[in-house]
Amino acid sequence: MEKANLKKQKNILGEKLNLDVLRGLSSFIGLIVLCVLLAIISPVFLTVTNILNILVQVAVISVIAAGATFVILTGGIDLSVGSILGLCGVVSAGVLKATGSPVLAILTGILLGALLGLINGTVISIGKVPAFVTTLGMMSVARGLAFIYTHGRPISGFPDSFRFIGSGYLGNIPFPVIEAIIIFVIAAYILKKTPFGRYVYAIGSNEIATRLSGIKTNKHKIMVYVISGLLSGFAAIMFIGRINSGHPLGGDGYELDAIAAVVIGGTSLSGGKGTVMGTLIGALIMGVIRNGLNLLNVDAFWQGVVLGVVIVAAVLIDQRSKKTTNL
Amino acid sequence: MSVALEMRNITKRFPGVLALDSVNLLVEEGEIHAVVGENGAGKSTLMKILAGAYQKDAGQIFVRGKEVEITNTIDAQKQGIGMIYQEFNLIPHLSVAENIFLGRFPLTKSKKIKFDELNKMAQQYLKELETDISPQSIVGELSVADRQLVEIAKALSLNSSVLVMDEPTSSLSPGETEVLFGIMRKLKESGVSIIFISHHMDEIFSIADRVTVLRDGKYIGSWPISELNEEILVQKMVGRQMSDMFPKIEAEIGETILEVRNLTVPGYVSDVSFELRAGEILGIGGLVGAGRTELVNAIFGAIPTSEGEIFINGSRVAINHPQEAVENGIALIPEDRGQQGLVLKFSVKENITLPNLKRFVKRIEINTDQEEALADELVERFSIKTPSLAQLAENLSGGNQQKVVLAKWLGMKPKILILDEPTRGIDVGAKAEIHKLIGKLAAEGIGIIMVSSELPELLGVSDRILVMCRGEKTGEFTREEATSEKIMMAATGAIEMGVN
Repeated sequence: MEKANLKKQKNILGEKLNLDVLRGLSSFIGLIVLCVLLAIISPVFLTVTNILNILVQVAVISVIAAGATFVILTGGIDLSVGSILGLCGVVSAGVLKATGSPVLAILTGILLGALLGLINGTVISIGKVPAFVTTLGMMSVARGLAFIYTHGRPISGFPDSFRFIGSGYLGNIPFPVIEAIIIFVIAAYILKKTPFGRYVYAIGSNEIATRLSGIKTNKHKIMVYVISGLLSGFAAIMFIGRINSGHPLGGDGYELDAIAAVVIGGTSLSGGKGTVMGTLIGALIMGVIRNGLNLLNVDAFWQGVVLGVVIVAAVLIDQRSKKTTNL
Repeated sequence: MSVALEMRNITKRFPGVLALDSVNLLVEEGEIHAVVGENGAGKSTLMKILAGAYQKDAGQIFVRGKEVEITNTIDAQKQGIGMIYQEFNLIPHLSVAENIFLGRFPLTKSKKIKFDELNKMAQQYLKELETDISPQSIVGELSVADRQLVEIAKALSLNSSVLVMDEPTSSLSPGETEVLFGIMRKLKESGVSIIFISHHMDEIFSIADRVTVLRDGKYIGSWPISELNEEILVQKMVGRQMSDMFPKIEAEIGETILEVRNLTVPGYVSDVSFELRAGEILGIGGLVGAGRTELVNAIFGAIPTSEGEIFINGSRVAINHPQEAVENGIALIPEDRGQQGLVLKFSVKENITLPNLKRFVKRIEINTDQEEALADELVERFSIKTPSLAQLAENLSGGNQQKVVLAKWLGMKPKILILDEPTRGIDVGAKAEIHKLIGKLAAEGIGIIMVSSELPELLGVSDRILVMCRGEKTGEFTREEATSEKIMMAATGAIEMGVN
């Protein structure tokens, strides 16, 4: 009888969970409202070309943001993703020029990103240096190395086979969009279904209790920075393929866009709460706003102002909705 | 005597729960009034309403006969109600004087703080408490007991006539508790009323004048302490007979399963050796700060040791991380449930399966059916009261939280179970249940180490008791030999080091 009772209560809680999901949907609803508004204001917005254009632009940031979600869920932060993208981009371009092998160039870019992430993670979890400081340092080091490697000059002109990752098409769909979708599906799977995913949330909620549960928290913390670095490396390949050039300033400021996407998507900066799908929506909201401002001919200087306000407003709304549900 | 504070028909509803149902509390001037009840009885909610942290849904509050509205903490302060919480509200990096007068500094005309005067003012209140804490000490460097005195000084400086003390003795040693009680008696003589919340029967009977009992959010009644005894009071709290508080289940004691030799943790534990047998409950007694928590955490690999060897079933093992302890079949139920034992934002299910997840991985995926089955089984086995497996751990009562921590570890079938203060902050009913569980687990052949600061618990549950003082082992007694006096002597160092 007690069992039946438990099952019954489960249903009640199921409904409660749905309410939670609904709250998570608020950013999704925001995105839809935004799209409807823009569709009314601008006739160009809802055209296939424009939508695909937005998706391609969002693809690179969203891949970085997927990595940032892992880091932020553990309660950490990674400020070095933009610089890692820059360095991986130029090194990959350099390897391509030197060897002519796209496969080698792509692998180098991705693995370099993972290696830099490994350094971040090790310094943070073993060295106990705050993530903010460690990745701020890495941000500067990686950017500096990108300039040293290129002597400040971009490396341009790649074969189509290499550029496919950043600018190819599968049918009518840009390949980067498909890549981003695949990455998000994998990331969501890892977070939801695997022990590692569970540990990521556990560490972000209570690292001490997690460690005392016999879980190697340091190992998993290193892992999230490796994921963040690796995805930045992959984003670098997408990025230089699209613009057909590896520039040492590539990815400058992307760390802020990535963190913004995560935060708009409802992930808590103190860790433990959030989803990677929320991050995808966050990235799309930013992309749509940027695109809309372009379509409406808003001065580029004003775009930064608008996006900044949106980021803070999104978190403000989230906080307020929390206040009404909690006591 | 006149009435200092009256709360009349206070009702408070949380979504889905009636936390307080027409509760009354009447506190006379200059009395120490204990409010007791099991966890979840509504004591904290009632106090939070008094402090302005929660809003009542119905009822009235009278201070010295006048009805008042308390909607925030400043209102409470203005009415002379001072709160001394379990978690302190002091700023660790500031001095004692700065903490006492935070926001009310004496200033010069050019808005500089007059430190001399500030310290003098603080000294005056500290003197009243007969303590030698310096106003200039940094709060973070004080002991817990001294910090509590600073809180009291702060409350007095705010002209509080009613002090609420929520489990003030929970992290004090017996000596410090006596000092605190002395101060409480003095305050009472000077006309201050104290509302005292405690789970410890001996404390209530030694200090309280009257008792108000709450059960499941309902007002059961108020009595002068002289009309009650422990048994009657416990009965009123739990609403049922408590025939035996410490039922001892006889277990067959087997072979030695754990041997600790010369374990040293620099600064905390020096050269401690002992053995543990299968089915045995080894109690570890001592004062707060004697190094007991550090000893068990070192065995569990959570803190590093400088020396010492650990043998399990006769073979030497190296344990440098909790994970290695788990692999060797050791589980630790830590002292602090909320900070160390549970991920409060995780569900009951997720907490229970956290150390066991690897067992139900199919390829790389968690098999949620198996996960749920284990959680279901353990919830039932430990009769954890939860509306569902999806309930967040933070929404459970203390006793049920502790059962979740136990369930979480027994899911991995440990051979050695270490419990650090397993019933701290847990109400009487749940306590007995946990004691029964511990006994049952020993009967199943698990070797159990139980650190406890409560003498009745140590004496009632353990087969053998080891006592520590200042990091050293100062005594070891069998169940038959052990008495409160012997343990206290060893714990205070009177046997080994002191007197002669």
